[in-house]
Amino acid sequence: MTTDSLTSLNEKKEGKASGTKRKALQAAFPYTLPIFAGFWFLGLTYGVYMNASGFSFWYPMLMSLTIFAGSMEFVTVNFLLGAFDPLQALLMTFMINARHLFYGISMLDKYRGTGWKRIYLIFGMCDESFSINYTADIPENVDRGWFMFFVTLLNHFYWFSGATLGGIFGSLIHFNTKGLSFVMTAMFTVIFMEQWMKEKNHTSSLLGIGISVTCLLVFGSEKFMIPAMIAILIFLAALRKPFESGEEKI
Amino acid sequence: MRMSLLQQIIIIGTVVLGTMITRFLPFLLFPGGKETPALVQYLGKYLPAAVFGLLIVYCLKDVSVFSGNHGLPEVISIAVVVLLHRWKRQMLLSIAGGTMCYMLLVQMVFRV
Repeated sequence: MTTDSLTSLNEKKEGKASGTKRKALQAAFPYTLPIFAGFWFLGLTYGVYMNASGFSFWYPMLMSLTIFAGSMEFVTVNFLLGAFDPLQALLMTFMINARHLFYGISMLDKYRGTGWKRIYLIFGMCDESFSINYTADIPENVDRGWFMFFVTLLNHFYWFSGATLGGIFGSLIHFNTKGLSFVMTAMFTVIFMEQWMKEKNHTSSLLGIGISVTCLLVFGSEKFMIPAMIAILIFLAALRKPFESGEEKI
Repeated sequence: MRMSLLQQIIIIGTVVLGTMITRFLPFLLFPGGKETPALVQYLGKYLPAAVFGLLIVYCLKDVSVFSGNHGLPEVISIAVVVLLHRWKRQMLLSIAGGTMCYMLLVQMVFRV
């Protein structure tokens, strides 16, 4: 083989590799647009809140980069303003973020075989990245690993840039964004519907809504998540036999 | 009294660590090489549907049904999302339509 043809072969290879990434990015981007709107709004709000609580933009910037869990970062502001208590901070973090355990269990197979990207996919597994990566119909000719990587990366970037800008320009923003945070509710509604249209058996979807609403009414908005998650686990475990025998029939 | 910088770093580091434990734990407990327990495999398959329901309720947790607007802006806007999505099944259209509806409602109609 001559040097020329070797070079062109290498170029082709590289061209193919960058083509794979570009295709994955193009496929992933539209899925992340609603999250751009939501994260910029929430991220800006968070940055403004930090700013108003007396922290410089370095705090929202570094916290959005390293923690990357929206509601947790708002709560962390309270930890920073209160008495120094790392143990309480750790326990609260477990409580608020326990839902990630559910995401991990659901993504065990999907994140497998994605190489080094897997570490970042798990690191960046927020509510939104999990929901998209779990439900998205990734086209056959798009690389799954890169698709999920770009979904996670774009979301991370939206949150990071929103929080940082909020921290820097927080006190200057004056336009009526009231109600914009509904974009997250709308997105989870659509994702719930997508799941609903794909599944044959709606028991789990209905249980999720029913148990959560019940727990919300019983325990109140601050404390309903953990009881709801435990109840969902118990109900699903109890329904295992009927679910799995139902599958055989189909 | 405000915390020292070191104390702040410890607190933020603790939150990072706690968050990462919740994200990495299932993958560390059930690595690829070994057979994942059947119950966990089953949960992995059926949990997401329930979790998406939980997330919707989580977003709406602070809506008061018994006072203020009685959750009407939320109910109407979710109905718009559902109808749009059943009609066109375009994720962005459904989300944008529902959000714009909600913003109009809370800014112009239900001003409490």
